[in-house]
Amino acid sequence: MSNITSHDQSWRAWLMTDAPTSRRHARLANLYQGWLTLRGNSMAMFGLGILLALLLIALFAPLLSPHDPFTQSLSNRLQPLGSEGHLLGTDSLGRDILSRLIYGSRITLYIVALVALIAPVAGLLVGTVAGYAGGWTDTILMRITDIFLAFPRLVLALAFVAALGAGIENAVLAISLTAWPPYARIARAETLTIRSADYISAIRLQGAGALRIITKHIWPLCISSLIVRVTLDMAGIILAAAGLGFLGLGAQPPSPEWGAMISEGRRFILDHWWVATVPGLAIFTVSLAFNLLGDGLRDVLDPKDGSQ
Amino acid sequence: MTALTIKNLNVWFGAHHDRVDAVRGANFEVQVGESFGLVGESGSGKSTILKAITGLAPTWSGDISVEGTPLSGAKRDRAFYKTVQMVFQDPYASLHPRHTVDQVLSETLQLHGFKDIDTRVVKLLDDVGLGGKFRFRYPHQISGGQRQRVAVARALAGEPDILLLDEPTSALDVSVQAEILNLLTDLRDEHKLTYLMVSHDLPVIGHMCDRLAVMKDGEIVEVMDSEDLRQGTAKHDYSRSLLAASAAA
Amino acid sequence: MSLLEVENLWVRFPTRQGIFDAVRGVSFNLERERLGIVGESGSGKSMTGRAILRLIRKPGIVEADSIKLEGQNLLDLSEPEMREVRGQKISMVMQDPKFSLNPVMTIGDQIMEAYLLHNNTSKAQARVKAIEMLEAVSIRDPERVMRAYPHEMSGGMGQRIMIAMMLIPDPQILIADEPTSALDVSVQRQVLDIMDGLVKKRGMGLIFISHDLNLVSEFCDRVLIMYAGRIVEVCDADKLHEAKHPYTQGLLNSLPRLDQPKKYLEVLQRDEAWTKEDSVRGTR
Repeated sequence: MSNITSHDQSWRAWLMTDAPTSRRHARLANLYQGWLTLRGNSMAMFGLGILLALLLIALFAPLLSPHDPFTQSLSNRLQPLGSEGHLLGTDSLGRDILSRLIYGSRITLYIVALVALIAPVAGLLVGTVAGYAGGWTDTILMRITDIFLAFPRLVLALAFVAALGAGIENAVLAISLTAWPPYARIARAETLTIRSADYISAIRLQGAGALRIITKHIWPLCISSLIVRVTLDMAGIILAAAGLGFLGLGAQPPSPEWGAMISEGRRFILDHWWVATVPGLAIFTVSLAFNLLGDGLRDVLDPKDGSQ
Repeated sequence: MTALTIKNLNVWFGAHHDRVDAVRGANFEVQVGESFGLVGESGSGKSTILKAITGLAPTWSGDISVEGTPLSGAKRDRAFYKTVQMVFQDPYASLHPRHTVDQVLSETLQLHGFKDIDTRVVKLLDDVGLGGKFRFRYPHQISGGQRQRVAVARALAGEPDILLLDEPTSALDVSVQAEILNLLTDLRDEHKLTYLMVSHDLPVIGHMCDRLAVMKDGEIVEVMDSEDLRQGTAKHDYSRSLLAASAAA
Repeated sequence: MSLLEVENLWVRFPTRQGIFDAVRGVSFNLERERLGIVGESGSGKSMTGRAILRLIRKPGIVEADSIKLEGQNLLDLSEPEMREVRGQKISMVMQDPKFSLNPVMTIGDQIMEAYLLHNNTSKAQARVKAIEMLEAVSIRDPERVMRAYPHEMSGGMGQRIMIAMMLIPDPQILIADEPTSALDVSVQRQVLDIMDGLVKKRGMGLIFISHDLNLVSEFCDRVLIMYAGRIVEVCDADKLHEAKHPYTQGLLNSLPRLDQPKKYLEVLQRDEAWTKEDSVRGTR
């Protein structure tokens, strides 16, 4: 026992060191200290907990769900909360809402992951190139960004989906297309301040080219603020996906996407409130979790807080 | 032979109504192996001259030549970066906050086309008196003086002939300043370097430089030997008033 | 009774590695004099100044047996009462005036606002006073400066305006934290002369915090030398060059001097023992 604790202690000391001895050590120690900061923020840990739970639920959906999410049972329709065998009741076609929620988490995560991969990367590319190059490149890229920004998000997404056809993939694409401009703006603003920093001048004086400066020196500093922004935007992305689902332009029935579930449930909202409310609560919880985590990450990643 | 020749140099920022003439008609030469100082108050244009040489200030006219090779515009070739390097004023701003000392130095060595990067990083850290235990630290894990040593190591990585020093100790405590200035003195001997040093601090320039130019409002008012500075035999009124102000303080 | 008496002041910051003591048991007093506090970065000199005004941000902790302003213990005051003290009785001038002035208000408006806050008079009266203040800090064209915005001012002007604002409520103590280190040597001198004149004329106490030994020795009456959160030495400013403590001597010797050229500067050899010595009392 004491052996284990002392072993733990030495690991801790190794990770807490101010004098790392190898590249890997430096990176791990840095990560560990960021983790400690994050761990100190109980709200962020709460958010992280919810998201991990969501991940596990999505992973083990077939094991966790009590019923098949697609099996209809018209004799059993619109059962209230806590009815026998259906903890969260059933919907208008008698499908188990809990099972649909559990399976729906897969779709939610899928959408979130894809959008989180596409939109910030596109924004980062456009923003840093515009910010670093300046001049005409900047003007053209930023005017394009402005055009995208000028449209209401959901309307633009609607137009894209209408043109591309309904479906989850197209919904993801549409949301990404409407989500990147704010990231481009942030990345550009960050780049403008970083560009004139002495450490960028210093690497320029070593003969580094624009590509290297952008990817190796500017990106690492922009990425942290983008990650924070993405987690804060996740709620909006889930809601946009739900909105498209609600309008019948995202996931198609009978797919158990949460927005689509609300849409289906809205017809019964006066008499059978839980059908729309339960998926609504799920969206709310996950959005909140992302927001809390984003707040915590801001404390860890904010580059202005470099002097710890 | 001259290391640096500056002839009739004008540097300006902005255009038309916003145009600010930061340097006007500057002339001086720095001999190989010499240490030359530029002194003046803030806004006198002393740092701007360094920026024009390195291409960080693209709008200039006149002649700048490095070891006989004339420069033009803002573009500098690889040979230039191999010959001229710079140490910046604020070591807190001149190191990338997310790069370890090792990353800073290895990337620089890689850019200069060296192959034996690991041995060279160790050698560089040794040269600036840091030693291996600092190699994998992030800038926030080391002190101001240690950061400035890293910045000096980075400047030396490409084995340059000429080092431009932009107020290299003004952000540091006096005891650390002494260490860095001693280090620069040693390095100059070891690597046969030529220094062009900018500072607002007359005693620092007097200590480090053989000759110096006094700048005021973008113009060089006087070029003199440090010996004259020590004797207090400056000719121009402004140099004398600077000398009086710093002697009083 | 002294103007200000600080007894056993500690400033602590909890960190992951444990508690960091930025100031360790410092005691001193201030009469109607110019008291210098010198030290290198991290010596705790600025923290001492801020701790007197209870301006240390969380999670920092200020502890002291007492901080007495004319016999009244500042530690017993509530936060609103403390706000009265800041500005009314003790004013503070910071290093960079750019960060202390509101960028979107004209300088005249800012001075008048400060004046009206402390005095119950008309706007016209405040305006007259504000111009008087600007004249007191040797600003030649006060009418023009009144209409200007902070970004139109040079560093030296900005600092003079800050001093003018700080003096409006007629404080008994002025704490100046590196008030001239962002300024050129020639401007530095003017600002110091103005401050000196005002302090003498009004009989104020001045705490002058600086890293510049020569400046302090010339400008102050008495100097506290701080190292690692403690006072290692107290001496009369004009006798600073005869200082006994090896740290003070080391600092003085490490400065390059025009009249003594040498190839290498002396390097301060730090002694671990200095951080363990008891803090010297800076009272008289």
